[in-house]
Amino acid sequence: IETDKVMVRGVFVLFSLLVGANALYFHIAETEKKCFIEEIPDETMVIGNYKVQLHDPNTNGYADYPSIGMHVEVKDPEEKVILSKLYLSEGRFTFTSHTPGEHTICLYSNSSSWFAGAQLRVHLDIQAGEHTQDYVQIAQKDKLNELQLRIRQLLDQVDQIQKEQNYQRYREERFRQTSESTNQRVLWWSIGQTLVLVATGAWQMRHLKGFFEAKKLV
Amino acid sequence: LKMTRLSTIAALAALLTGVAAIELTFELPDNANQCFYEEIKSGEDVLFEFQVVTGGQYDVDLTVEDPHGKILYKGQKKQYDSVNFKTDSPGEYKACFSNEFSTFSHKVVYMDWQIGDGNHSGPKGAAAAQAHAQATSTLDTLATSIGDKLRVVDDYQTHHRLREATGRKRAEELNERVLIWSLGQTAVVIIIGILEVCLLRSFFSDKRSRYGGY
Repeated sequence: IETDKVMVRGVFVLFSLLVGANALYFHIAETEKKCFIEEIPDETMVIGNYKVQLHDPNTNGYADYPSIGMHVEVKDPEEKVILSKLYLSEGRFTFTSHTPGEHTICLYSNSSSWFAGAQLRVHLDIQAGEHTQDYVQIAQKDKLNELQLRIRQLLDQVDQIQKEQNYQRYREERFRQTSESTNQRVLWWSIGQTLVLVATGAWQMRHLKGFFEAKKLV
Repeated sequence: LKMTRLSTIAALAALLTGVAAIELTFELPDNANQCFYEEIKSGEDVLFEFQVVTGGQYDVDLTVEDPHGKILYKGQKKQYDSVNFKTDSPGEYKACFSNEFSTFSHKVVYMDWQIGDGNHSGPKGAAAAQAHAQATSTLDTLATSIGDKLRVVDDYQTHHRLREATGRKRAEELNERVLIWSLGQTAVVIIIGILEVCLLRSFFSDKRSRYGGY
């Protein structure tokens, strides 16, 4: 049993190392804010892992600098802030959407200006929906064998597809409403503008007629 | 019992490290160049896709380079494309998006990295592959193929969602523009109407009538 536990833990560590090694990274300036958009249905969990490294001019490489902090700000589709926290140079943030739509995840460092111009390397991994599930942990907790775990994974995938389809219906409705509104606007404003034009012309005629009559020119 | 447990765990590891994927939607400001780097081992099957969601003419320049600087893909002003390559050297693979040809339209770009295990390499991989072969049954292969097809469904759904977002944003922009321009045009009609009358009146003002007309 002990060796089993050690094996599982070993696999878990190896897996997380592999995931870490596969993480994407990019460069930003110290005071720059970098935002990512996640368009997700409601009740979807999003997990983000990041790691920040600072450019070291001596080695011309990037090294860990534990005193850098990263602000993570998450806004929901109505531009309301649902998560705004300062994390360490390496961290993970999680949030669950309560309304479907475009959520914005913004990252910026909290470093002060006397380091201005330095480049930061940000390793980032954002996963949403069924990709957030930790199957190694689930297999352990529920004592599932490989086939059962596969089926569980398939169920999660299908669940997410169903949520996405539902969200698609909601988006299509919004699109349709916007198109209907445009149609109405074009119609009513065209009629309105024609009336305003005719009214302005009529007022001009009447006003000038009165003016010339007063001047005894007509 | 211990052997089956070990093989299950090894198979789990193989299952879970099968495909690593990351998708991000980011904003690319005008005149900007943004690069993303991925550390990939050799012998991996990589699929990189991108799609421009909103902005300008819905086009962006993309360059994909391998760790030695060799250009694997160079696309100019493309709206959507996918790059499929097999890595032959480990290291940093770079994908650079450029919006430098655009002066005032910032773009929102979606990108997707799918890094799959081309062949199992190393001692851990070989053991996992062996254990996986032992545990394979008809149900298991069926479940695996369902999983793969569902991943394709997810990919199609994502692209559909992005196209729909492109259309929807254009429609919302159009809706707003119709209102603003209609208001503007109405104001212009009224102002010009009043100005014309004022101008005509000024032609016939008392000062002038002494010199012109009778």
